[in-house]
Amino acid sequence: MERTLDSFEISDVGIVKKVGGEGQIKRRLFDMGITPGAEIKMRKRAPLGDPIEITVRGYELTLRKAEAACVTMEVKG
Amino acid sequence: MKRFALAGNPNCGKTTLFNALTGSTAHVGNWPGVTVDKKTGTYKKCPEPVEIVDLPGIYSLSPYTPEEVIARNYILDEKPDCIINIVDATNLERNLYLTTQVMEIDVPVVIALNMMDEVEKLGNTIDEKLLEERLNVPVVKTSALKESGLDDLMKRAYAASTKPREGTSVLESSALSHLIGDVKIALKGQGVANPLFHAVKLVENDSIETEMHKETLPMIEEFKATFEDDVFGDDFEALVADARYKYISKYFAPVMTKKQEKFSMTKSDKIDRVLTHKVWGIPIFLVILFLVFHLTFSEDLLYLGAAGVFDKPVVAYSTVTGEEIAEEDFTSGAIYLDEDGNEVEAVFYGDEFVELAPVPYAYDKEGNKITAFYDAEGNELTVLADDEGELLDLYDAEGNKYETFYNADGYECTLALNEEGEFEDVEFVSEIDAFCSEITVNTFFGYEESVYSPGVILFNALDTFTGLLSACMSEAMASAPAWASGLVVDGILGGLFSVLSFLPQILLLFLFFSLLEDSGYMARVAFILDRIFRRFGLSGRAFMPMIMGFGCSIPAMTNTRTLADDKERTATIRVIPFFSCSAKLPILTAIAGGIVQFFGVGNADLITYAMYLLGIVVAILAVILMRSTTMKGEVPPFIMELPTYHLPQFKALMIHLFDKAKHFIKKAFTIILASTIVIWFISHFSWNWHYLEDSEMNLSILAGLGGLLQPIFTPLGFGSQLGEYGWVFVVAAVTGLIAKENVIATFGTLAACITAGFAANEALGGVDSVVQMITATGITVPALIAFIAFNMTTIPCFAAVATAKAELPNKKSFKMTLLFWVATSYIVASMIYLIGSWWWTAFIFAAVIAVVIAFIVLYNKRDAKGKAKAA
Repeated sequence: MERTLDSFEISDVGIVKKVGGEGQIKRRLFDMGITPGAEIKMRKRAPLGDPIEITVRGYELTLRKAEAACVTMEVKG
Repeated sequence: MKRFALAGNPNCGKTTLFNALTGSTAHVGNWPGVTVDKKTGTYKKCPEPVEIVDLPGIYSLSPYTPEEVIARNYILDEKPDCIINIVDATNLERNLYLTTQVMEIDVPVVIALNMMDEVEKLGNTIDEKLLEERLNVPVVKTSALKESGLDDLMKRAYAASTKPREGTSVLESSALSHLIGDVKIALKGQGVANPLFHAVKLVENDSIETEMHKETLPMIEEFKATFEDDVFGDDFEALVADARYKYISKYFAPVMTKKQEKFSMTKSDKIDRVLTHKVWGIPIFLVILFLVFHLTFSEDLLYLGAAGVFDKPVVAYSTVTGEEIAEEDFTSGAIYLDEDGNEVEAVFYGDEFVELAPVPYAYDKEGNKITAFYDAEGNELTVLADDEGELLDLYDAEGNKYETFYNADGYECTLALNEEGEFEDVEFVSEIDAFCSEITVNTFFGYEESVYSPGVILFNALDTFTGLLSACMSEAMASAPAWASGLVVDGILGGLFSVLSFLPQILLLFLFFSLLEDSGYMARVAFILDRIFRRFGLSGRAFMPMIMGFGCSIPAMTNTRTLADDKERTATIRVIPFFSCSAKLPILTAIAGGIVQFFGVGNADLITYAMYLLGIVVAILAVILMRSTTMKGEVPPFIMELPTYHLPQFKALMIHLFDKAKHFIKKAFTIILASTIVIWFISHFSWNWHYLEDSEMNLSILAGLGGLLQPIFTPLGFGSQLGEYGWVFVVAAVTGLIAKENVIATFGTLAACITAGFAANEALGGVDSVVQMITATGITVPALIAFIAFNMTTIPCFAAVATAKAELPNKKSFKMTLLFWVATSYIVASMIYLIGSWWWTAFIFAAVIAVVIAFIVLYNKRDAKGKAKAA
């Protein structure tokens, strides 16, 4: 099942399928290791619901929902 | 001398390594982006000295923020002899992503597998020989923190630097290899240095590269046209990044053997669960922030005093019958006997009983004890002393001071008598001490028993010490000419001590912020607060430079380089001074203390806390205003690493603290000392270079200059309405432009002279000098608050202004920034004074603000419509 990263529930795990978004944002997402094939676990939301915290390539990364919406994920069951 | 550059991801320990190698004391923190400028030092254990360059942390060589440009340009243009690529071994995959790019440059590379101690603690192992084989460059295991493997690293780096190395790319084994190879050959033909690196970047469509190699572009486009990928189409950026990570996962990641399961709970996770909790995250942050300020400034630690923990049942006895009288039966002003049989007076504040104060007493010529003091007409005089009972004065109802008084029988007494009725020729203040020993007179509201916070305890200790020093000095200089002792005691010591006494609190505040930063909590705060910051048009990242502003604006402004967007940077730099820096702390505490002591209203640490909040509120409003007018722009993205929590390093903390203290003391003895001397001179000489006694200071050059500016500050409450000594406030604000510590130093220098005769030849502490100024000018509470606000939000010190000029994107925005600071401080301070003095002026301000907001909203709407039409 394909979903964007921002719609993930806490502790959902998935594989990155596609990274969209505009130049700079996409570039930054790549540099931080969010590339197709990377495994991502949704860890938590900030107290005000946004941004979110994920684990990718063994470290913690925080990004906003708006940026997470650029990442299409294949949900792991 | 050989030059080695340290390159690596943010927060991988580069600066710790740099400090360990060079014995330097650069600032280390636990959040990405502490080092934003390159730093150099020397390593001496190689056959020849080696210059080590610490570059800002970067995730990639495709520059995204100004700090990343610095690092990239250094590596490409300055051609170091070797790059030591520091890899955080606990986070191998992402760190090696940068490595794959660094390897493409024609420069010797050595990999430092840093934080190996952390890796081993987790029970994981890394096969560095295998990694070395696959990368084909030396790999050394290190721990910068434990200083292990460093000599080996430098030995290998030195050996590597002796022979040239040609760039290699992991992309050579990908589908892109032909395309990159073709571009590389073309670039090589043009004689471009580092052809492989540029070839890859050109294929990626890197914006800096496409600018640099415009003429080659059509050819590259031709090459690219022949290339087709089923997954990414012609998105070369994605293709390259993907190929790098694929290679890393396949060949490099397996060198690590993990004991732990993926996604399991570590200690760091557990801490994080609490600190960034959905409900408690924000309250915890506020409590931590409050505790930091409370521990530094509070005179009533944890409000134990106010809670009555130290209250003892009050016992008093009737002077007539000797019967015990209960507290609720006390009447204001009545005299009772305490347990030791001394006369005490019941002091009330309003209807509430405050304390039983010893009744001030002295002896008349016959040695009779007297407790009531009268003037020649028989009016009773009020006795005044400070908290410690050190100073004593007699005032009548109009505030006139008396040096002689009469006892109840109308018999003249002078204070210059001792218990035996003998005349003693001592200084006025000490005479009183000799006579009325153990007098502690009621201050207006009387502090309840309480425990001081560590900050206040240290402050008092230093204050007592400096007070003693200046008393000794004034004794020693008793026979010197008046101007000489005045210069030394009032001018130099007065100014210096009033500033230096705040050093403990500044250091303590700094220590707390360093602790929060080193532990990794600050990055979480950015995470928690991003949503709020976005409302204002900033990202959570902007929080870091702002909170650093509480320490010092200069590193804070430099730190804005971590912000990618120019407009966000400009807006952030402008509001950083509003986050009251440690140098402004004396202004806050001294004036807050003065208000409490003189007017008996409020609570010093609450006023200080509120002023900090005011700064934050002004900053927020200013940002919103800018982001919806001159600094409009998209909300910048927020994609940030959250570092693992770790215990702060004691050694690094102490070094950092020591550095800060050194810096502060140096500043006190150079720029502040110089300005206090200048101020003393121009305040004690008239325009025709006559030396002026303290009492004639109103004829001084300084008074003249200050008087010229005075009317400008009338709407702010500290202008012409303050009368003859009002210029002191103006002069203090102006000297604050040199260094903010000067504001209170100026008070210290001038107040001691203005109220001469009373406390002459004794350098005053910050709070006392403010009290003196209040007495001399009759300034009101709203005006004092406005004065603090003005100093907090106006143009910062010279050094910060220079930094702002260097960091702002262009000259025009610098000029606008100066204007912005002046306007903001003037508006904020006048609002506080006017509304504080005449509450109904709030309506006028509300109306004006409403009109301005309406105008901006309407204008933006029309603008948006216009843009939509144009599109």
